[in-house]
Amino acid sequence: MIDEPQNARPGEKAEEDGSIRSEALQVRHAGRQILKGITLAARRGEILSIIGPAGAGKTTFLRCLNRMLELDTAFEITGDVLLGGRSIYSRDMPVAEVRRRVGMVFSIPVPLPLTVYGNLAFGPSLGGATRDSWDEKIEAALRAAHLWDEVKDRLQEPARNLSGGQQQRLCLARALVLRPSVLLLDEPCSGLDPVSTARIEEALQQLKKDVTVILVTNNVKQAARASDRTAFFLFGELIEVDRTESLFTTPRDRRTADYISGRFG
Amino acid sequence: MSKGTGIGGTFMVSMMALACAVIVAMVAIIIGNILLHGAGGISWEFLSRAPEAGMTRGGIFPAIFGTAALVILMTIAVIPLGVATAVYMHEYAPKRSRMIGLVRLAIQNLAGVPAIVFGLFGYVFFTKFVGAAIDRGLYGGELVYGQPAIVWAALTMALLTLPTVVVATEEALRAIPQSYREAAYALGATRWQMIRRVVLPQATGGILTGGILAVSRGSGEVAPVMFTGAAYFLPELPRRLHDQFMELGYHVYVMTTQSIDVEATKPVLYSTVLVLLMLTFLLNFTAIMIRSRIRRRLRHDR
Repeated sequence: MIDEPQNARPGEKAEEDGSIRSEALQVRHAGRQILKGITLAARRGEILSIIGPAGAGKTTFLRCLNRMLELDTAFEITGDVLLGGRSIYSRDMPVAEVRRRVGMVFSIPVPLPLTVYGNLAFGPSLGGATRDSWDEKIEAALRAAHLWDEVKDRLQEPARNLSGGQQQRLCLARALVLRPSVLLLDEPCSGLDPVSTARIEEALQQLKKDVTVILVTNNVKQAARASDRTAFFLFGELIEVDRTESLFTTPRDRRTADYISGRFG
Repeated sequence: MSKGTGIGGTFMVSMMALACAVIVAMVAIIIGNILLHGAGGISWEFLSRAPEAGMTRGGIFPAIFGTAALVILMTIAVIPLGVATAVYMHEYAPKRSRMIGLVRLAIQNLAGVPAIVFGLFGYVFFTKFVGAAIDRGLYGGELVYGQPAIVWAALTMALLTLPTVVVATEEALRAIPQSYREAAYALGATRWQMIRRVVLPQATGGILTGGILAVSRGSGEVAPVMFTGAAYFLPELPRRLHDQFMELGYHVYVMTTQSIDVEATKPVLYSTVLVLLMLTFLLNFTAIMIRSRIRRRLRHDR
């Protein structure tokens, strides 16, 4: 783990800038190298998308950024991830705190077996926030996820009753209630129709001024249309990262060109 | 198909049909016989009064009450112990740990230990060791807990039914999608918050099923309570933890083997057996209903 002395003290300012950076991040699983030293940064105000064929390590990378990967102890993680300049793997950063600051939306919508409201209140109810501030935050999160109008009268219904697209936006809102600095999305639209996909992409465009967004996607077109910068992963390596237009029009690496033009993967 | 196999096949099929018929017939005969002889004796009087005249008349209320008290105490002991064990094994312990393999082996073996061995163990461990120690420490050597008592019988029964609760709880925990756990973690839940807020509520049905199966097993067993607390005949109901008690199964055993006049006790015996059987069936049926409701709900979730 890398310690940066100038940021060792917990300082609100430093964390507020919303930047997240991996440094020489390596992951091994059962002796196999899954990530081969990734150094990649994302800043507030942009959507960074990560593309690459299956097995490139996109999801593994994403799950390192909010320490979800270590739930399976078979993964060995080395290197570091800095959130606002502070290591999320350092001893004075509780793992629950990391996950509250770095929200995540999964590829399949996972509403908890609770009501719509219960799902949204789950995060704040785990501690910290006082009850009277919940409703305001919940409404703001639902609006940000472009879901408020559809569910404002259905808050006490089981979350399962919502459609797939609504469930995924609920999961987005549920993460936003905690006001995270960074939002990780792991193929959030893989199971959704084009209309639901468009709604989520719209929501993300408006969110990016407040939250750093990292979007893993198998859909190259989605990366091209929704992100400001794009990173291309292949076999656990970061091949290149660039502004989205540049990467799609003039890729520097041959393999990137092959992938985005559909010649493999 | 040759003629030989045809005949052989027909023969085998009829043998299998016969085997099935034998099973059905056995159950029908057992239940029919008990119903025939026992149903007539069941009345409010029978259910609400104590045995009279050397158990040839009166009722079985103390035995019903004792059995109920026994299984309630047993449940209080076995549910926390069993649920804690299952939650630890499934949610906390490392997946491929040798320690957990050992615990699981122990639980499987516990399920195979004959009931009478539990009875003997309970007698030696709870009454003679724990109970005697309590008496020495708190009652100045006076005989209070160092003898058969309902609390020791309940704890012995809890050990007997522990595997049932552990297995049912673990099955319920396994049925909870991993994605729920990840969703809770991703919202900043600690492991304990995740378990308390997501896992345990989802597992309630399974835990309940395990509890009912344990109660159903416990209310029918005789051997574990024979030496640890059940009494031959007690007109008084148990009121304290160290009282002895009457138990339905043990009452049946006593009436069958120790009665002064076996013929005269027969009608009471049949009715008692019927009550015991109904109680066990009812509990099993409830457990099955709850389990099938959970399975239905789980299917909807996927």
